[in-house]
Amino acid sequence: MRNLIAPLALILLGVALFFLFPYNLAFATRIVIMVILVLSLDLVLGYAGIPTLGQGAMYGAGAYAAGLFAIHIWADPFAGLIAGALAGAILALISGFVLMRASGLTLIMLTIAVASICHEIANRARGVTGGADGLRGIRMDPVFGIFEFDFIGVTGYWYTFGVAALVFAFLVILVRSPFGLGLRGIHESPDRMMAIGAPVYWRRLAAYVVGGAIAGIAGALTAQISQLVSLETFAFALSAEAMIMLILGGMGRLYGAAIGTVVFMWVHHTAAANDPFNWLFVIGAMVLAVVFFLPSGLISLPAAVTRLIKGGRNGGA
Amino acid sequence: MGLFLNIVVDGVAYGMILFMIAVGLSVTMGLMRVVNLAHGGFAMIGGALAHVFGTQMGLGFGLTLLLALAGTIAIALPLERVIYRRVYGFGELQQVLATIGLTFLMIATVNWWLGSTLLAVAMPEILNQSVDLGFRTLPAHRIAVIGLGLSVTLGLWILIDRTRFGVRLRAAVDNRAIASAHGINTDRIYMITFGLGAGLAALGGIMGAELLPIDAYYPLRYMVLFLIVVAVGGMGSILGSFLAAIGLGLLETATRYLVPDLSTITFFALVIALLAMRPQGLLGRE
Repeated sequence: MRNLIAPLALILLGVALFFLFPYNLAFATRIVIMVILVLSLDLVLGYAGIPTLGQGAMYGAGAYAAGLFAIHIWADPFAGLIAGALAGAILALISGFVLMRASGLTLIMLTIAVASICHEIANRARGVTGGADGLRGIRMDPVFGIFEFDFIGVTGYWYTFGVAALVFAFLVILVRSPFGLGLRGIHESPDRMMAIGAPVYWRRLAAYVVGGAIAGIAGALTAQISQLVSLETFAFALSAEAMIMLILGGMGRLYGAAIGTVVFMWVHHTAAANDPFNWLFVIGAMVLAVVFFLPSGLISLPAAVTRLIKGGRNGGA
Repeated sequence: MGLFLNIVVDGVAYGMILFMIAVGLSVTMGLMRVVNLAHGGFAMIGGALAHVFGTQMGLGFGLTLLLALAGTIAIALPLERVIYRRVYGFGELQQVLATIGLTFLMIATVNWWLGSTLLAVAMPEILNQSVDLGFRTLPAHRIAVIGLGLSVTLGLWILIDRTRFGVRLRAAVDNRAIASAHGINTDRIYMITFGLGAGLAALGGIMGAELLPIDAYYPLRYMVLFLIVVAVGGMGSILGSFLAAIGLGLLETATRYLVPDLSTITFFALVIALLAMRPQGLLGRE
């Protein structure tokens, strides 16, 4: 029974989002898409321990792939998702061959460099991607051939929410599988995992590719819902924000990724709406506050509060 | 031949600017093991102060430069004491996050104070002329930047290789705990080094405003560039940063002259190839 509470709460949160923003479903949909992106980052960073500031590369690749697929080949939404996932996975595989050899700062920097190269390629290949104007003219077929994408975004929201739920369920299973436990081990001590015979390099690469595929799905959803792919999908800011959301919520816990995204997007939205010029103050202060006072993220808040109230030897620590 | 000379002069000048900005980052990373993404912010603060003193208040260039450097250091030192000192003990990701947060605050502050437009930094008349070398004319600004960069390099080499402070600094980089056990006040060394790095970044930001224009989003826009210099050079290695900065300056200038359409792609591809072969950088230690 206990195991059901969290997933139910998450589904309730998704339904609540729908009713909280009835006139701004586009925003609610964006939150759900970001949850998927942050979940992919959680697998790569939180479980496999690969520090990356370039998850946007796979997100953007998925978005462009899904957009181009819909325009030139087939406008079915689910086929587009597969195209996006494949694009993300392939990019992660190719770049991962090099990236997984590096570590620490070099790795962080290389991931940024990969995203920058993708940004530049999309910018230059104007004939294919539309360059700085963005990729336009994406028209999706109805979901299951029944539900048309409507103007308000009701279909878009439920479609995105359904995909997010599937991704979440897949990740819940994956991180509890032997593969997921192996990733955790690699995160905590690569040397020991190597010593007991785990192929550390290949496991990390596999995690990076799966994370890339999920990020590609998130990108594909963006392309399908907004019917536009812009160069911004490759922007550093997106990758950095995804990482902030993940750490805000709590790394290495899938629920943390969901909570962090919702809170960050909501604060971002409110701050930017109230003061379009100075919202970065709010974001910056929030990030610092989390790092200094809640290093394990919002998901550790209940435990921290309990400790504070109970006091004792570890009280308030 | 003319093209070649242009590439060399522009590239070396650009590399000197990169070196001045990134050397502080490299040393603080080697010394405090902190991934400081906000370092470019000090270059921006220097440039913004130079804009206020020089362009808005109309002070002379020498005085402007002095005040801007002093101002940047005056901002950097308290930051080190209050924020960075705690960040040293964090894990890598927390450091990245904390310094991104700090970067956002710096951007927001400059944005709120001076707006998001380009902040022009006035150069003295003499640097806007060109110098006739007999066989060619070159902009005086490039020559001044190269000269300044060389003096900074020489000054740093003397400071680190020939003074007592340098000995202590190197000891602290090698092994903080043992340096501290030998009675070296590592906290003070951290602070001085941090201030010095911030001051050099400000100097690079001001002198390089022509090549890397100053505005509120400067720290975010050029963050990757500065990090690349450090990663390619090897963390904590001053000579490495110097070689990396000059090499990358030449590389980027050359690709921009020779393959303008593919310059960014070529630049990043070469950097990735290099780091794939030597993940610890040119002169970094394993």
